[in-house]
Amino acid sequence: MDFLSSLFGFVYQCGDAFAFLVLAACGLAVIFGMMGVINLAHGEFIMCGAYVTVTTARAGLPLPLAILCGGLAAGAVGLVVERLVIRQLYDRPMDTIVATWGLSLIATQGTLIVLGSSVQGVGVPLGSFTVGAYSYSTYRLVLIASALAILAGLYLGFNKTRFGILARATIQLPHMAEALGVDTKFVYSMTFALGAALAGLVGGLYAPTMTIVPTMGSTFIMEAFVTVVVGGADVFLGTSPAAAVLGVVKAAMTSWQGQLFGQIGLLIAVIIVIRVLPKGISGFILRERG
Amino acid sequence: MLESIARGTRIASLIGAGLLVAGPAFAADPIKLGVLEDQSGDFALATIGKVHGIQLATDEINAAGGIAGRKIELVIYDTQSDNTRYQEFMRRVLQRDKVNVVFAGFSSASREAYRPIVDQLDGFAFYNNQYEGGVCDGHMVVTGAVPEQQFSTLIPWMMEKYGKRVYTIAADYNFGQISAEWVRMIVKQNGGEMVGEEFIPLGVSQFSQTIANIQKVKPDVLITLLVGTAQASYYEQAAAANLKVPMGSSVNVGQGYEHKRFKPPSLANMYATVNYIEEVDTPESKAFVAKWKAKFPNEPYINQEAENSYHAVYLYKQMVERANGSTARADLRAVIAKGDVCVDAPEGKVCIDPKSQHVSHTIYMARVGEDHSITFPKVWHDIKPYWLGEAGCDLTKKDPMAQYTPSNPPPKP
Repeated sequence: MDFLSSLFGFVYQCGDAFAFLVLAACGLAVIFGMMGVINLAHGEFIMCGAYVTVTTARAGLPLPLAILCGGLAAGAVGLVVERLVIRQLYDRPMDTIVATWGLSLIATQGTLIVLGSSVQGVGVPLGSFTVGAYSYSTYRLVLIASALAILAGLYLGFNKTRFGILARATIQLPHMAEALGVDTKFVYSMTFALGAALAGLVGGLYAPTMTIVPTMGSTFIMEAFVTVVVGGADVFLGTSPAAAVLGVVKAAMTSWQGQLFGQIGLLIAVIIVIRVLPKGISGFILRERG
Repeated sequence: MLESIARGTRIASLIGAGLLVAGPAFAADPIKLGVLEDQSGDFALATIGKVHGIQLATDEINAAGGIAGRKIELVIYDTQSDNTRYQEFMRRVLQRDKVNVVFAGFSSASREAYRPIVDQLDGFAFYNNQYEGGVCDGHMVVTGAVPEQQFSTLIPWMMEKYGKRVYTIAADYNFGQISAEWVRMIVKQNGGEMVGEEFIPLGVSQFSQTIANIQKVKPDVLITLLVGTAQASYYEQAAAANLKVPMGSSVNVGQGYEHKRFKPPSLANMYATVNYIEEVDTPESKAFVAKWKAKFPNEPYINQEAENSYHAVYLYKQMVERANGSTARADLRAVIAKGDVCVDAPEGKVCIDPKSQHVSHTIYMARVGEDHSITFPKVWHDIKPYWLGEAGCDLTKKDPMAQYTPSNPPPKP
């Protein structure tokens, strides 16, 4: 029993780290991994989702609906940002760094000025459960399930729906897709909005467990970028194995030596993977397949 | 034209000031007070109130005629929670703006970033923040509380009430590391046992594994020295995982007002030793809160660092006035050396200790209840910042411009 409860503890911690990496990265995997826009404002889309979720939940909306609202709001903001800024910069990836970094500074400071330094959270729902000597937060299981559901949704969305196929075609060969009658501008803006909405959804999902402050997005950004870089260009085949590998490394190192070594282990794993697999895990898998 | 008007006003105010206080000829020049605090970035939440505290005190002093007949002029920069900004702006206020005194710094990393510059340029700085203690530097006055004030009250009290097995989680930089050393020392002195210690990098926001590690050893008391808004996520997550160990802290509640920001009961059973928070229930404190809310109606919370910043301006005023209007550091330190620079602050009477240039405080034990209401089970009056002086730091004799810790005390003469 003692062994089983320790084993469950380890699996739970790995799952928790995996969920955080997947959720932090999923919006960025679409915007950066697929579209090639280096979106440094990714964390601020997450922050936007969290603020909307907390505000609507405190106004009386049930939490799942509030989280959806957070996703929709971030998606709408993403649509506007794409139209005004990103659209001009698709051929200039280096310039997207500066533009999105500027957006992130404006969003962080604007939120601080308009909404103040913090808003009260909503508290973690669902209580806790006990296995052996340890008690765990039930909501963390919801986060793990959400991560798996979002991965499955992305896989189905990009491989089985007409929009997904058009989006992939547009990004691979934009001129050919245009010649075949695809409205590529529309596809680009919808794909960007999807990435932003995913980020907002994640902000909503993590909002009950975190302090809601203007800088909260920055705690996701490092994990998001390393997961996408390690994963490579494919949203599903990249993000999920990358998050699995990094999640296990991080959880094992953290339980062995504490948070600092968890972070060190994570970054060393990243360096090794991109040294050995320059195109990321999905590049490796797809080459094997092809 | 503009210039001549400016000159005219200046002459007029010179004459005015001369008539009023009959001070020296330069008396109408304002005293320039530099303010370097984080008004954006990860620490802004805890430090915007410090700027407001300085502004409130300045307005009150200016309305009553200034310091020795001279108005205070604030030179405020936003240091953006960034240590390099502190260095940049510290050089700017001392060299270009030529301020008479600087009030600067929240995190200990930022203080240690700017302190060499203050020393090098022979400036005079107030650090109005609680910290890990040990700075023995004649260029600094520290008005925040230090470990011998916060931990030597908190930890014995909690060990007596809850048990002797103590676990520390702390932010992984100089503040957390040195504070944890203090916790170790005080736990040992009181016959307790450290059953765990974890240092957490700033900016970490996910704590599942940390929570499991704590559950594994079941401590009686958990000391939380978490800093910044990201790390504050710990409390929500620990409460969600049903971890209910009594917590003690020197930084939470009194600095980041977590009890106001989180949904109850995630901070229940937290004990924090603070030298002030807005809930302090004395007539002086109530009057102070009323004044504050009148000037800054949207202030989310008045924390201990805001109060420190406020009374620091009055401490400075008294020093300058007792030095006959001089703002020279040597003259002000001669006043401090007399050992009776005291003001009646909202927390109670505070005095500057001449040996360490730190400040004595009233220490309130704040307990957070299930509904996040604050009660004060114990109050200690006039707790002195004794450690540096006892360890051998005596700024009236020698100025080593160094920071010491219990494991690295001042060299014995």
